[in-house]
Formats: sequence, structure tokens, C-alpha cells
Amino acid sequence: MKELTCIVCPRGCRLKVDDNMEVTGNTCPRGKIYAINELTHPTRTITSSVRVSNRPYTLVSVKTDKPVPKDKMFEVMKEIDKISVEAPTRIGQIVLANVLGTDSNVVITKDID
Amino acid sequence: MKTVDLVVIGSGAAGMAAAVEAKKNGVDDILILEKEERLGGILNQCIHNGFGLTEFKEELTGPEYLQRFVDQVKELKIPYKLNSQVIDLSKDKVVTYSNKEDGLVKIQAKAIVMATGCYERNAGAIMLPGDRCSGVITAGTAQRYLNINGLMVGKRIVILGSGDIGLIMARRLTLEGAKVLCVSELMPYSAGLNRNIQQCLIDFNIPLYLSRTVSKVVGKNGRLEKVILSAVDDKLQIIPGTEMEFECDTLILSVGLIPYISLLNYIDCPTSSTRGAVVNQYMETMVDGIFTAGNCLHVHDVVDFVSDEARLAGRSAALYLQNKINNSENKINIKPGNGLSYVLPQFILENSLEDIVIKFRVRRPVQDQIVWIKSGETVIMKQIKPVMIPSEMVMIKIAKDKLVGIKEDIVVSLEDR
Repeated sequence: MKELTCIVCPRGCRLKVDDNMEVTGNTCPRGKIYAINELTHPTRTITSSVRVSNRPYTLVSVKTDKPVPKDKMFEVMKEIDKISVEAPTRIGQIVLANVLGTDSNVVITKDID
Repeated sequence: MKTVDLVVIGSGAAGMAAAVEAKKNGVDDILILEKEERLGGILNQCIHNGFGLTEFKEELTGPEYLQRFVDQVKELKIPYKLNSQVIDLSKDKVVTYSNKEDGLVKIQAKAIVMATGCYERNAGAIMLPGDRCSGVITAGTAQRYLNINGLMVGKRIVILGSGDIGLIMARRLTLEGAKVLCVSELMPYSAGLNRNIQQCLIDFNIPLYLSRTVSKVVGKNGRLEKVILSAVDDKLQIIPGTEMEFECDTLILSVGLIPYISLLNYIDCPTSSTRGAVVNQYMETMVDGIFTAGNCLHVHDVVDFVSDEARLAGRSAALYLQNKINNSENKINIKPGNGLSYVLPQFILENSLEDIVIKFRVRRPVQDQIVWIKSGETVIMKQIKPVMIPSEMVMIKIAKDKLVGIKEDIVVSLEDR
């Protein structure tokens, strides 16, 4: 039996997963998916910000458009640190495709005109 | 003097939602005043994800969430002014603001929505003991430095207070290469959401010490050198002999947020224990035609609920401008009873035009409770809640027909099952 805190939404359900991967304590179907993922291949979405080269003192926020493996978080941060973009930026714009082969893209999360 | 039907002060999650809703309900003459150089308020620096699950049924970052509202403001052609600080407000709704282009301007509003957010408690507010050195900074300020200005605040960090911003910053600073030594919380339970304890602390092996606080800040040469944490007893008094020392260059304070309502203080608007205004079910303050919502009314844990509350304020402002809200209706007070730290709204006007939503927080974590909503001996509503914690606002909807004939004060209280 494993106990987990669900991180899918602010409610933060206390989940229990037994040896047969039966999930209890979830109040929505997403909790069940989270629990099984967390015990088989835990992932996290990374958010950060990167330089905007043609605007002084300006950063633009980014995220991974899919969660990346939890044990690759710091490596992904190193890749994000290398990125510099040019304004204008648009939400959803890919600035680094398939980061470290994770099948996740680093995308812009803020419009800068 | 220029006249505007509705002035919205602040363009964060609350201000934009209120303006959009007012416009959709027939108010055409609106002006949003924003002190910063862009719309969106504090969401601009909240670059983490977890927003929008209720509002948009998907998980967004703060900037993405705010952009959805910016798009609506622009689509509906709602006028706004940036870099415009409101510096005065009068009871008869004259708003004074200033900016570089217009100078000092007075406008006569017919209705106002206050959506000015909240500010952070700081070292002075909690009487932080010890040296007054640099390296002590509030979590929101550290967040702004890092996410907007690209500046790291330190390398070895202790966080006091387990509020959500502190937890989010623990993760953010760790990912950016800092060593977060621990989070220390005065109370025996966390002030943050469970999910943030998991994804911001446990994920990174950052210890959370409960019932422990800073007993001394040491920084003799101008910069913080170490902090000493001590355990506290059940009366929150420091227990001698329990000291833990942490060598660090930065102490981040995440010790609470306070509604920012200095403008309402200018007009002697009555306030409540939330430190925001006293409001009725329309989010109208005790000053005729001045509405309020969001974190300047009471501090929320989820932005989606801020937007929702602000829509009510915007819709109500529209009703007010159409003379549909009758302030001379009888007032029925709503009071927090056993187990509650506060309840909103603090009163309702009889003959409510809409169903009302009662919002409250519990004083301490509780399980298996009956929530009673009573007026004298009359039970208006009874609801069972398996778990409630202070960091999660509780909302209970009451159909307006259940309030017909209610004359006495309404009390919301908890009882063990």
C-alpha cells in the first residue's frame, strides 16, 4: 500500500494505491491516472523564464507543454537556461522542440508585443 | 469632470473578470485603471502552472490565465489605462488617478469595483527577532525578482511560513540552483495546499518543520549569516533549548497576505476580520455603489474563485447602474459561529435577486463536520463535510427561495458528527 498526495488540482486528495494498483481516495478520474503514473513513471511540468534578446531587462515565461520525467527536471532546466528568444512572443510558440528527447516542447506562456 | 459609469480599480484576475462581466451585462461605459505597465496584476509573476482548472477546464500558468481575460477585455473593447495609480477616492465616487500622459485626473464614477488585491506581511509585521540585515525578503518580492527581473535573491535559503507562495518559491529557487534548507511553519499544520507540499517540498527533499519559527536572525556585517529556529508550544511561545541553526544568506518570508484597501480606508468604509470590506451578497460595500472582490476582499487560495467572485461584483455593478439593487431592503447579518475564522458575505439584503454563495474558512483542520446554517432556530441548510482545512476556502450555495421569510441573524457553525 502506497500513500500519495494528488497534485492534479488544488484539492490535493490523499490517494492510496494497493499492490494491485487499485487506487482509492481519489474524487475524480484524473487522480487515478496520476497515482498510477506517479508509481510507474512520475512526471512534472517545468515552468521557468528565458531572456528576450531584443528587449532590455525583459524575460518571458515558458513551460514544458507536456510533463517531463521527474528525474530529468534539472537537466531540462539546464536546456531552458540556454534559450534566448526575440520579441514579439506568442503563447504556445515553441522555443525548444522535443527537449532532451522527452517528446515535450518548451513553449512560451506570455505574449510580449 | 469626466463621468464614467463604472470604474474598475485594478486589472488582475478580479478586475478584468469584473469589467468583462459588467460589459456583458450591459454596462458600456467602463474604465479599468491599472498601476503597473501591463494588465494582469500579480498573475504576471506567477509563472508556475495550476491555474484555470475550474475556469477553463485546463491547467494554465499565471500569464496564460491572465491572457484569456486580456483577450476578452480587448475583444469587448473595454478601455483601460496602464501606469495609472489611483491616489484618492471619495464617498460620492470621485476617483483621482495620475499617470505620465494625463497628469492628475479626477473622474466621477457612477459605480466602482475595487479589485486592488493584497500585500504581504513583512518582517516588521511579525516582529521578526534579531538583526536588521539585508537578505530578508518576502516571498512575492523574491518571486518578482526572479520571474520578472531574472535576479536570484540568494544561494542558501531558509523559508519562514508555509504559505503557497513560499512553497512555490522553494521549488522555483531549487530548480534555479539555490539550496533551500528548510521551510519553517509556526502552526502545527501547513498554511499551503497539500499539492504544493508534495510538488514543491517533498519532490526536492526540502524539510518542513511544523510548530517551529525563527527565534533569531543573525547578520552582523550587513548581510544575513544565519537564522535560528526554535520549536513553539501550543500557545505559540518559543521553547528554550530547541534551537536549530541554519547558515544561510537569505530568509524568505511567506507569512500571510493582507487585503490592500487603503483607498477604502479614505472613505471610512467598514471592514471585517478578513481586513477587507464588509459586503452584502452583491459584493457591495457599506458605501453605496462601491463593490469589491478578489484578494482585496479576502485572500483566496485559488485564482479561479477570484475571477468567479469578481464576476458577481461586475454583474452587481451592472444591476446597480440599472437601479435594480435596493439598498433600503432589510439587512440580515451573517455571522461566523463555532469553528469558523470568518464568513462572507457579512450581511444580505432581503429579497435577493440571485442565489447566494456563503464562503468561509475554518480555524483549524477538522474532519467529519456538520456545517449548520441557521437563523435563530430555523435551519436554512445543513451540509456534511468530511475534511476542511484553513488553507482551503469553503463555499456553500444557498438558493434564494430558502432565504424567504428569514429575519434573524444567520449563523454558520460547525458541529462534530
